[in-house]
Amino acid sequence: MDIYLPIAGQSVNALFIVLLGLVVGVLSGMFGVGGGFLTTPLLIFYGIPPTVAVASAATQITGASVSGVMVHMRRGGVDLKMGGVMIAGGLVGSVFGAGLFRILQASGQIDVVIGGLYVLILAWIGGLMLKDALVALGYISGPPPRPQQKGHNRWVASLPYRWRFYSSGLYISPLAPLALGFGAGMLTVLLGIGGGFILVPAMIYLLGMAARVVIGTSLVMILAVSAATTLVHALTTRSVDIVLAALLLLGGVVGAQYGALLTTRMKPDLLRLALAVIILIVAGRVALGLTWRPDEIYSIEYL
Amino acid sequence: MSGKRAALLIAITAPFLMGQAKPLLVPDISARRVEIRYTFTGAQLLLFGAIVYPGGRAPSRPADIVVVLRGPVQPILIREKQKIAGIWMNADSNRFRSAPSFYAVASSKPVSALVDDRTAAIYEMGLDNLQLSPGGGALPEKESRFEAGLLDLRKRQGLYSENAHGVEINEGVLYRATITIPSQVPVGTYTAETFLVDRGKVLAAATRDIQIDKSGFERFVALAARRHRLIYGLAAVFLSLAMGWAAAALFRRRM
Repeated sequence: MDIYLPIAGQSVNALFIVLLGLVVGVLSGMFGVGGGFLTTPLLIFYGIPPTVAVASAATQITGASVSGVMVHMRRGGVDLKMGGVMIAGGLVGSVFGAGLFRILQASGQIDVVIGGLYVLILAWIGGLMLKDALVALGYISGPPPRPQQKGHNRWVASLPYRWRFYSSGLYISPLAPLALGFGAGMLTVLLGIGGGFILVPAMIYLLGMAARVVIGTSLVMILAVSAATTLVHALTTRSVDIVLAALLLLGGVVGAQYGALLTTRMKPDLLRLALAVIILIVAGRVALGLTWRPDEIYSIEYL
Repeated sequence: MSGKRAALLIAITAPFLMGQAKPLLVPDISARRVEIRYTFTGAQLLLFGAIVYPGGRAPSRPADIVVVLRGPVQPILIREKQKIAGIWMNADSNRFRSAPSFYAVASSKPVSALVDDRTAAIYEMGLDNLQLSPGGGALPEKESRFEAGLLDLRKRQGLYSENAHGVEINEGVLYRATITIPSQVPVGTYTAETFLVDRGKVLAAATRDIQIDKSGFERFVALAARRHRLIYGLAAVFLSLAMGWAAAALFRRRM
């Protein structure tokens, strides 16, 4: 069944897009990540213009994180103060990212920057996760686990103006979560990824937040920032395709529910291993796209 | 409309009345408007018409027909990727001030066999004769490289096409050509030009306009995204929140 996308300006197979949303939704439900890191490259491979893919993927992330936020809110697994600080940073970051996006677009290097950042971030996170998962499953022997350092990173501790974050059990400067939010917001605009798979480890290892509130807080942050990103794209690049987003959401929100169900039936370490492999595959595919001779040497930009 | 029809009638009958020696073209198109709706996957246009010879009889050596359908002209920038330090990145670019967004030519014989290069260039018959107006004093070899890149890219996208045997002429007086428009064409006013060619000369030419426009919901969305950006963005956010909430609510009841 073909449907014409009014902003992308081409017709796509609606069933394929819904299915893509469903698969990504299942993954996001299983792993608690937004799934943008899969949606954006897959849409681009399908032939959707990159800016439209990035902008519409942000819309899907909002929808996919709604149910997670609801669950964690009910359980009290959200540090609203910490979330608020990170969201503030995220909003500034997304506006800053939009400016950067425009500059890169004008210089013609946006594709390479998007691709390069994808490879770097995905390979780094995927590699870390793969190693962690393999050690946890006992396939390889890692270094003896360091005595779990209580609290936060030394650099974070040296920042001034400390605040108390009661739910997170922290007494740190709000500058650190502000900067974290800023980075995540910028990535959301640039890459169409929610940044959940970066935020979660950073909140645990860098800030030293209580594990109980990490996932919930990061989901709240992702929800707010991806919603803001959709707005920023609608206002600046005007490349949010509401029909494409609706198709993605249709599969995505349903998939997220099934994904959450699946989580309860699988070993968490196996889950992490699976996610690491998926991330590395995507990173490899994007890296190939950068280094192999591309199908299209020439590209057209409308003035 | 009636005035137009009367004018057409006069135009058709005038040559017979005045005994003018020039043949005349009476072209038409299967659709004057193409509407892009949610089911739009492209369209097929039938360009047809009659050749009216003076005296009402086709000559023993029938003339040939060239049909050109072109979309609105756009200024574009072509970027070229080159391998730099192992990575393919945009390295060079060239501007074209007047590249047609869509161009299809169909003829009863290959254009090169019908007219000489100069005539083909004047009437922009054939992909190699497009006036793209490259800008910025680049070297001619670079210009032609970028031009070839543009033609090749748009040919594969179905936006540029050439069919050397796409026009069928019946009894020397009725002609027809089918041109396919892919789904990713831009909207705007398209022109269909028909040329009657004989012995290397263009004997008659006629032009008709076609409107290609988004309609209904597609038009509404495209306009909203352009004119009411904030409301459009808020609608997208609201849609995603509502759908996420609805799915969560639905599944909670089922479990």
